[in-house]
Amino acid sequence: MTAGQSDRILVKGNEAIAYGAVDAGLKCYFGYPITPQNEIPEMLSVLLPEAGGVFVQAESEVGAVNMLLGAGACGVPAMTSSSSCGISLMQEGISFLAGSHVPGVIVNMARGGPGLGDLGPSQGDYFQAVKGGGHGDHRNLVLAPATAQECYDFMFKAFALAFAYRNPVMVLGDAVVAQIKEPVQRVPPAGAVKAEHLQFLVRDQRIEGYGARGKTAAPRLLKSVYLAEGELAERNRLLQRKYADMRKEVLFECEDVDDAELIVVAFGSIGRTARGAVRRLRGENRKVGLFRPVTLYPFPDEALQKLAPGRRFLVMEQNIGQMMEDVRLAVNGVSPVHWHGVMPGLFVSANELVEPILRVLGGQSGSN
Amino acid sequence: MPEYRDVIIAGFGGQGVMLIGNLLAQAGMERGLNVTFIPVYGAEMRGGTANCTVVLDSLPIASPLVRDPLSTIVLNEPSLTKFQPRLRRDGVQIVNASLVARELVDTAIRTVYIPVNDVAHKIGNVKLSNMVALGAWLRATAALPLKTVQDALGRVVSAHYAKLLPVNAAALEAGYNFA
Repeated sequence: MTAGQSDRILVKGNEAIAYGAVDAGLKCYFGYPITPQNEIPEMLSVLLPEAGGVFVQAESEVGAVNMLLGAGACGVPAMTSSSSCGISLMQEGISFLAGSHVPGVIVNMARGGPGLGDLGPSQGDYFQAVKGGGHGDHRNLVLAPATAQECYDFMFKAFALAFAYRNPVMVLGDAVVAQIKEPVQRVPPAGAVKAEHLQFLVRDQRIEGYGARGKTAAPRLLKSVYLAEGELAERNRLLQRKYADMRKEVLFECEDVDDAELIVVAFGSIGRTARGAVRRLRGENRKVGLFRPVTLYPFPDEALQKLAPGRRFLVMEQNIGQMMEDVRLAVNGVSPVHWHGVMPGLFVSANELVEPILRVLGGQSGSN
Repeated sequence: MPEYRDVIIAGFGGQGVMLIGNLLAQAGMERGLNVTFIPVYGAEMRGGTANCTVVLDSLPIASPLVRDPLSTIVLNEPSLTKFQPRLRRDGVQIVNASLVARELVDTAIRTVYIPVNDVAHKIGNVKLSNMVALGAWLRATAALPLKTVQDALGRVVSAHYAKLLPVNAAALEAGYNFA
């Protein structure tokens, strides 16, 4: 490294996702192009073969997600990525991953919707990501990065969680998270699971590929169809226990909440933009804080419950009202939950979030 | 040197708006600052409108998007129409005199009105006009030393065009020294 150069690299969120995935142990990528996530496959088409992995441009999103199911069933760290409408096409396969207890990582750099929408930022896929998205009782673990560094770091967490729980993990960003260029340290985060140790997290001989062989061995069959009486019920109880177990993976970030009268709750790109607004108001001695859910599922409801007495909340999100419902469920009537929505597709700055916070501080309700 | 800077750089696709945005962010990072760069494209690329926002800060950057910038680099008329009303009244704008009529410029705003195309043409290549504009911005804002930005060129311009590094550095300097 010569003078003037940096130990940090200036990369887009999408590029940080690709670096993070490869460094975390990704071996197979399957995907189909769509803006605003195209730098992910673009980078991986070069990085992954160099790292001894396999890059496949699938014939469609449906093809990609089923390749992911196949690779995951073989115990291979694998991922796909897409944006909103492409992720909708993948929902059947994501439900199959969940129903079969198969690990897989799905990155959604969301675009404005519904329908084909636009290419701008949007958090309109919140419900789809955190409530399952596909059919049946299934849940994805959902991570919401806000910076390019988090895009890199969270890929390690995504693969570790996918293997530990044999479950689909979704990394949910948007056009701002995807397209922003920021300095990133390409160093595995503290405590990251080594790539070669991912498979040991699985505790399932069918995915790990070892265990008893021969006629006495348990069938090496991964499936999501259970037709015999009571079989599916047992399967769903197992999933229910697993989802309860996932609750310990909850992550969130607080800033200035201790003496806050009003806590802004925001995630992802709006989370960081709202932080700018909160800091500005703190500079004017306004008692405002920020709560940023980092895992959207599991949702940090216990932390919000603890903060609720004597405080008010303002949910800010780039959709027409989704996470607001989860905050209201968490707070359960203990304190008022206001809401301010930024319409999908718009590029919003911190200045534009100051006024809505001031309105709620001044005793008015939220707005869109 | 103040800790926080932001700039919106705007022009036609093909004028090199994204390249100087990248260069500024790279140089800021190499100077040890926190930086964000975010592009906004029109639906088309070459010939369409394009703009990007760069933020430089010694503190962690919250919002990468800026509604009312402290400075702008405006390379064509549509960009002046769009961003001049949003520029902070105490801000500064670098306006391309080669393509923007003087009567459109708000005289109440500190403006460097510089014919970047003509300056670049004199250096030998009109494609260097973006570098001329960035040089003028560096002079007007004192955000980073000229040399830091010149040194960063090698990390932003692809190896294939390495032979053009000196002329890009010269264009930055010509913009910097324009008065």
